[in-house]
Amino acid sequence: MGVEGIGASVVRKEDRRFITGKGRYVDDVKLVGMTYAHFIRSPHAHAKVKGIDSSAALKMPGVVAVLTGQQIVDDKVGNLICGWAITSKDGSPMKMGAWPAMAPETVRFVGQAVAVVIADTKNLAKDAAEAVVVDYEELPAVADVRSAIKPGAVQLHPEAPGNIIYDWHIGDEAATKDAFSKAANVVTLELTNNRLVPNAMEPRAAVADYDAAEEHYTLWTTSQNPHVARLVLSAFYNIAPEHKLRVIAPDVGGGFGSKIYIYPEEMVALWASKKVGRPVKWTGDRSEAFLTDAHGRDHISKAEMAFDKDNKILGLRVKTHANFGAYMSLFSSAVPTYLYATLLSGQYVIPAIYAEVVAVYTNTTPVDAYRGAGRPEASYLLERMMETAARQLKVDPAELRKTNFITQFPYQTPVIMAYDIGNFHASIDAAMKAIDYAGFPARKAKAKADGKLRGIGLSCYIEACGIAPSKAVGSLGAGVGLWESAEIRVNPVGTIEVLTGTHSHGQGHETAFAQIISERLGVPISQVSIVHGDTDKVQFGMGTYGSRSIAVGGAAIVKAMEKVEAKAKKIAAHALEASESDIVIENGEFKVTGTDKSIALPMVALAAYTAHNLPDGMEPGLKETAFYDPTNFTFPAGAYICELEVDPGTGKTSFVNFVAADDFGRLINPMIVEGQVHGGLAQGIGQALLEGVVYDGTGQLVTASFMDYSMPRADDLPSFKLSHTTTLCPGNPLGVKGCGEAGAIGASAAVINAITDAIGNNKLEMPATPDRVWHAIHG
Amino acid sequence: MYETTYHRASSVDDAAAAFAKGKDSKFLAGGQTLLPVMKQRLAAPSDVIDLSKIKDMIGIVPTNNGIEIKGATTHYDVAESSDVQKAIPGLAYLASVIGDPAVRYRGTIGGSLANNDPAADYPAAVLALNATVKTNKRTIPADDFFKGLFATALEDGEIITAVSFPVTAKSGYAKFRNPASRFALTAVFVARSPSGEVRVAAAGASQSGVMRVGAIESALTTNWSASALDNVKVSASGMLSDIHGTADYRANLVRVMAQRAVIAAG
Amino acid sequence: MSTVKLTVNGRAVSVDVEDRTLLVHLLRENLNLTGTHVGCDTSQCGACVVHVDGRAVKSCTMLAGQAAGCNVTTIEGLAKGDELHPMQAAFRDNHGLQCGYCTPGMIMSAVDIVHRHGGKLDEETVRQELEGNICRCTGYHNIVKAVLDAAGRMKVAQAAE
Repeated sequence: MGVEGIGASVVRKEDRRFITGKGRYVDDVKLVGMTYAHFIRSPHAHAKVKGIDSSAALKMPGVVAVLTGQQIVDDKVGNLICGWAITSKDGSPMKMGAWPAMAPETVRFVGQAVAVVIADTKNLAKDAAEAVVVDYEELPAVADVRSAIKPGAVQLHPEAPGNIIYDWHIGDEAATKDAFSKAANVVTLELTNNRLVPNAMEPRAAVADYDAAEEHYTLWTTSQNPHVARLVLSAFYNIAPEHKLRVIAPDVGGGFGSKIYIYPEEMVALWASKKVGRPVKWTGDRSEAFLTDAHGRDHISKAEMAFDKDNKILGLRVKTHANFGAYMSLFSSAVPTYLYATLLSGQYVIPAIYAEVVAVYTNTTPVDAYRGAGRPEASYLLERMMETAARQLKVDPAELRKTNFITQFPYQTPVIMAYDIGNFHASIDAAMKAIDYAGFPARKAKAKADGKLRGIGLSCYIEACGIAPSKAVGSLGAGVGLWESAEIRVNPVGTIEVLTGTHSHGQGHETAFAQIISERLGVPISQVSIVHGDTDKVQFGMGTYGSRSIAVGGAAIVKAMEKVEAKAKKIAAHALEASESDIVIENGEFKVTGTDKSIALPMVALAAYTAHNLPDGMEPGLKETAFYDPTNFTFPAGAYICELEVDPGTGKTSFVNFVAADDFGRLINPMIVEGQVHGGLAQGIGQALLEGVVYDGTGQLVTASFMDYSMPRADDLPSFKLSHTTTLCPGNPLGVKGCGEAGAIGASAAVINAITDAIGNNKLEMPATPDRVWHAIHG
Repeated sequence: MYETTYHRASSVDDAAAAFAKGKDSKFLAGGQTLLPVMKQRLAAPSDVIDLSKIKDMIGIVPTNNGIEIKGATTHYDVAESSDVQKAIPGLAYLASVIGDPAVRYRGTIGGSLANNDPAADYPAAVLALNATVKTNKRTIPADDFFKGLFATALEDGEIITAVSFPVTAKSGYAKFRNPASRFALTAVFVARSPSGEVRVAAAGASQSGVMRVGAIESALTTNWSASALDNVKVSASGMLSDIHGTADYRANLVRVMAQRAVIAAG
Repeated sequence: MSTVKLTVNGRAVSVDVEDRTLLVHLLRENLNLTGTHVGCDTSQCGACVVHVDGRAVKSCTMLAGQAAGCNVTTIEGLAKGDELHPMQAAFRDNHGLQCGYCTPGMIMSAVDIVHRHGGKLDEETVRQELEGNICRCTGYHNIVKAVLDAAGRMKVAQAAE
């Protein structure tokens, strides 16, 4: 490893612009003649739009246009799509209701846009929006799954009778039934996985610019996947042909899944820029983010686990109802199915699994992938189940897990996934050692003497990342392939540009990806630029989500590098009059092994571009592209242990210690990896203790701002103790697994298991607010 | 935010005159409540009259019988004041836990009291410490000042110029933060005067805003100790109840926070 | 409309704005100082923190008019030319940022925290003092490390002056 190669904790190249205020986010973009969009949103969870009177608004100074849902329908802009087809148990396709970008007839959640005002300034647009009169006929609304599936419940979409989108299943029902019939013990559990708001700190934004002369559009947008955005805006929404649309995702202030989707606001901004003939900027405010960013999670589950007399798991049965909100968001259908139920084997040998998932419409904001996406729900369910079982079976929770760990790899679970490699004992042992698990009873006794309730909780998670083999996901209903691309350009002076189809919105790709190049060529990372986030610059790519960037995007870079190196070696061998097989690359030089003959990379590059003396038949240039399609998912796994104290007087939880032992395979930049884990843990802990969306019975969002939705602050969280155990992923050339979501997947169960251990009451739902914990203690 | 007209007042009289001239004027002190409300378009004053640069309204003055804090004095300056720390340590502590550091630099005692948010901190101190609110028109005893949620005895155009706190023997404050807003979910100020009178006020708890807690006052009058409150019953009736805390939880917090305030008071 | 005169990053400026203009919008829209961000509309996230007369305040909760005559420092004015402020350097060296959106406000608040507490900072104090700054990426772990590191660096820098 070089000082800046793989495994080095290099400080980030991108940081200088962020710490000096020079980051360039979408809202920082200003264009000549730019107008500002402000959306008129439904205050009702369910209503008919009877009419929109914008005459007064149009007379106000600075108002350019008021555009409505009917106009967007008239212009044949496509309805929003869902990119993953799920088939119900009975063989019928999922039942999807229409979702126009602005509602022409019916609104189905509070905050759904019905019209947009375009004006010279943001304030004028807001002023004018108040003068637009929308005539609503309120309809009854249903905001929760239990009510939505009741007979006679109000219907959201005519396409989905009973508000049911699909009733899907996976696994072997008969084998599972058989396993339960042989059980010595059965443990049951009912759980809610609370709905969350992603709340990336940068609100979504779009700047759209239509060039009438060229019939060309440019869209700056807060996207995790600009190429996917361009494809969808072109192929499905018919707003602009793909070759006439440039999508730029510049610096993006966090995503966590919420910026994967192509939302109505971005569609409308693009469409409106042509309508009004001027650039249009829309910048969401936080209140709009609460109402319109795709929410996450929101499951209700019943689970049963069967054990034999030796505490070996025989089977698992799960029934989950997933709240989809009012419309099917882009990847919503995949989240509670192939990203959730396929992980229900966890780290354990479970011979028989059967899971059913019912997807339900409600009059709430649409739900889609949020950091972890399905895997946190699976992990939370399983790990609370293991803890509950240990208490019921009166065995140590760590022992019960160890008794059931998978130890032979590859391992085929009963729910599709084939784990390639792992060492679950190593992770749990590392975590137990780090937290001094053996010393816990003494610490608990001491805390009790001080009037505090102390608890310890474990969570052993596994997840499927590096999404994903295109053929596999295609066979499961995905509308896209999930490969990734890379182009390496060695410039004539030997500097290197890497064009990646992934997108960095905090993950540090500009540094970590450069380290891969540095490792291979021995050049400093300062000679390497990572280019991403612009469809005019970068070849098609699938973007960043599902902890895929290094495992899939990084692998694509390696594949492209292999081609570059092969050609460069040919050029070097020709120049040095040596055999190609004798050329090795060291410290930026191409050397003839066993001699002192060498040629530096810049000279090889220059030779490639002058083309004065290349091997016969060789094309000039030194630029290669690779499209890498993974052969399997990757399977990061680990063990988290949380030790905390509960104040019985207030129900408030304070952390004593939080340890994480993760196996991410090879680490490219350990500093960045640890940062990813910290952030994931914070979101997992946030879900466990603080965050939870509340709707009232009429579908009004109660937690509509940071005043009521608890965001984790610095004093809510501990410093984390991290460690790594390593099994190299055999499925990709870097041996990497991905690390972006792990913390969010594994943390929440550890926290809740610790609280329920502390208070001696397992009946506790997330978020475990002081109020809830106090009630759980005192009844 | 709706368009408005901003005035920077140079004196209390100037402020009062500007206020009277506007169609629907509002005083702007630190702005840490008014501006967020205006940003949400929940308030639309025709004129905002900035009090924060009026020299006569800033400062902390020790008096014969305690301490006077001028109306536009910031929370930060109160928290950092050695005079306040010495005379009424519970008050200095309270000022140090209002909002967050940026809010404490701008927010003022007068603004907080005039707004009388049920979850604000200062009203509990003013009530428990039996302070006197001074305005440009009169003086108002604490017991007459607070009139329920966001309501006070202040008349239209009346400006809080200072708050006068009598010296105390003991003062302590304990706040349990709302996990989202970080306002007081429930907070309690306990005070004992040199003559032994105990006054206890709770914020964030009651549907009627800041309130005195008789049961706790009488228990502490008999025995100034946290354990004296172990078996005191605070009724949940009339308590606020929301997603962050039910009425019975808040009633419990009143007792528990009172105990912690007593411990803090020493 | 009013004319607001103030000093921003050492430069005297005069700007015509509507009276309802917030300081943050004056900075971003009129002066093109886009390093100061807006992350919420309830004055809680702290992405907009700047220094006004040496104190870290939320520029989204201050009218531009209130800043008239004041000395404002934004994230763009913190470094001395190419030389980073110790807090900026500490954020980079400790990986105290990811997406960078909360970072300017975080750094401006952190400088103020060190100014107020000097070298007496500990982890618990830093965590409490960051109450008005929300970060969604880092879990605060490395931000806390960065602030503590910078407190040491700023002490050294002060001693050297």
